[in-house]
Amino acid sequence: MIGIYLIGAFSIALALFLNRNKTITFILLGLFLILQGALTIHAYLNLHTTELSYFTYDSLAALLLFTLSIISIPGIIHSHIYLEDQPAPQESRAIYYAAYVLLLSAISAGYLANHIAVIWIFTEITTLSASALIYHHRNKLALEGTWKYVFICAISITFVFIGILFLSLSLEHAGSDDLSFKNLIANSSKLNPFWLRLAFLFIFTGFTAKLGLVPMFTAGIDAKDKAPAPAGALLSSVLMNLGFVGVFRFYIVVANTPLHHWANLVIGIAAFLSVFIATVYMIKVKNIKRMMAYSGLEHMGLVMLGIAAGGIGYYAAILHIILHAFVKSSLFFQFTQLYRVFQNKSIYHVGNYFKYNTAGAMVLLLGFISATAMPPSGLFVSEFLIFRSMFEAHQIILLVAVLLLLTMIIWAFGKSIMKILFIPPVGFDDSHVPVISPWESSSQFILLALAVYLGLNPPAEFVQLIKESVMMLPN
Amino acid sequence: MIDVLLITFIITLFYMAIANRMLTYLKVLAFQGVLLFVVVFLQLQEINPVNLALILLETIVFKSVAVPLFMAYVLKRNNITRESEPFLPNFVSLIITTFIVVVTILLANGINDTRLDKIFFVVALSSLFTGLYFIATRRKIITHVIGYLIIENGVFVLSLAVGNEMPMLVNLGIMLDIFASVLILGIFLNKIGDVFKDIDVNQLSSLKDY
Repeated sequence: MIGIYLIGAFSIALALFLNRNKTITFILLGLFLILQGALTIHAYLNLHTTELSYFTYDSLAALLLFTLSIISIPGIIHSHIYLEDQPAPQESRAIYYAAYVLLLSAISAGYLANHIAVIWIFTEITTLSASALIYHHRNKLALEGTWKYVFICAISITFVFIGILFLSLSLEHAGSDDLSFKNLIANSSKLNPFWLRLAFLFIFTGFTAKLGLVPMFTAGIDAKDKAPAPAGALLSSVLMNLGFVGVFRFYIVVANTPLHHWANLVIGIAAFLSVFIATVYMIKVKNIKRMMAYSGLEHMGLVMLGIAAGGIGYYAAILHIILHAFVKSSLFFQFTQLYRVFQNKSIYHVGNYFKYNTAGAMVLLLGFISATAMPPSGLFVSEFLIFRSMFEAHQIILLVAVLLLLTMIIWAFGKSIMKILFIPPVGFDDSHVPVISPWESSSQFILLALAVYLGLNPPAEFVQLIKESVMMLPN
Repeated sequence: MIDVLLITFIITLFYMAIANRMLTYLKVLAFQGVLLFVVVFLQLQEINPVNLALILLETIVFKSVAVPLFMAYVLKRNNITRESEPFLPNFVSLIITTFIVVVTILLANGINDTRLDKIFFVVALSSLFTGLYFIATRRKIITHVIGYLIIENGVFVLSLAVGNEMPMLVNLGIMLDIFASVLILGIFLNKIGDVFKDIDVNQLSSLKDY
């Protein structure tokens, strides 16, 4: 199936790139969505089987594929609305759709890869396709964002490669040369700790560019700002999950060696710094898209704090990235409508949104409640579990510091969102405000509701899948 | 023999630290490509013709001919000044590069591993950090790219150190190199040259939070 999927998705991307006819574009995008859904169902029905020797349908991949397939449907719908509203030349439209499909399929294949070099290859392909999306507007600012993204991702991907080289040196001591995760875990007791340490540092640093964590988060923020919002939704949800998969799968290997505590320390420092930096920027930031991107930085910091704390934190971290993907993508989808009303993304020039688009304003309000993890948001459950795991790991001082920072984030985020929703902007001429159909917000409501449902009342299969994903980790 | 070549490689790093003109950088990069080819030729004992052809393509054709020629073309077309305009004086650059090399030698001395030739490790890590240092202290975007290419050369040396056991990794490294360089050079350096006339990182500061 994965073979059919990759060939199918790449040929659809190629066809979208060459095609200029609108009807054919719809048919191709529909075909891709069917293919994506089929892969997800196939992955769920064939758990723990390996195809083409490099792709395994494991529980984590099945969960994330499910997330990706759900987000891809509104993603394509909102891309269509976006491209209809902001007329772009046929050519850049074709490139946009082709890159969108290529990005989604590369991320899916990256989730499924069971070999560190294969994840690495698909991460490279996401850099290529994401840069095409960021450069969609072909202007100076887009070019600046794309250049920074490409350059930092190129350096990060080189770092991951250096890490893989060190890992192979470490593995030579175990008398093996198979870099698949299964073999690494099987040989984890024989890995050379010195090279493994270096490998972990480089691979972790490299994947933070996609994960959106300190130290390589900067490029991602610029990218989410400059990419069209429906593409930014992918960059800030499913692509971050790909970075998480890269770090997490390798973390499982390291966690089974004596280096477990050291790795927790490294991850913990990066995670705390991420929350701290997110707080600093959230207070200052005036650009709405960047504000949402920094909120993603904060959430990934929390996820990694959960991983570093261990215990129930592993479960909470997986739950958190899935729910965060739904919430953050719905906020980004909503942003296109906000931009259509105000033609601006600075908080100073935006406001009183309830007056112009009630359904959209509701999405923003509910999205804010979800993103700051207030009940009944599903993220409340996962964040609560993360804090509990930190408490159980006796990281009380860290926990207090993080809670203080989170309070500041909620204050800063709330202040900006309330301004957008209620306070009229100065000097805004509302005679040309377009009427926006409430139906355009329906997909966001569904995503937010899904996040609530999966957090508060998760189906038994869902819980089982998360438990299976963290099974290989020691307690 | 390999040791002599690798030490020459480190000397090229020192030379780059004090070089002033953009064209000198390009010539040194081309020279590094040739050095790498000879090292590969001596290092990999059992080499099949396909692999040899691939490595030849990567080191000689790509690293020493195509990339420097293309960069020279970009320099000329965009009328980029010939000075490299570092933020720090060359003397400081030289000291920092020396410091990097000394630290990596000390680090390598701490390793007890018979499987790895330490000199490969030293050369690889020194060029990695020198490349990063270049990126941090030079003003032009094109010098950032040169810094990136130095890092790539270092990674290539490192992949040779493990290449005897795992030739797949050498090929993967070559793939990375060609892919990333084509992406960076081909698409963006060209575009950036069109949009920003004198390419200087100070112009790339309009993405702000407010």
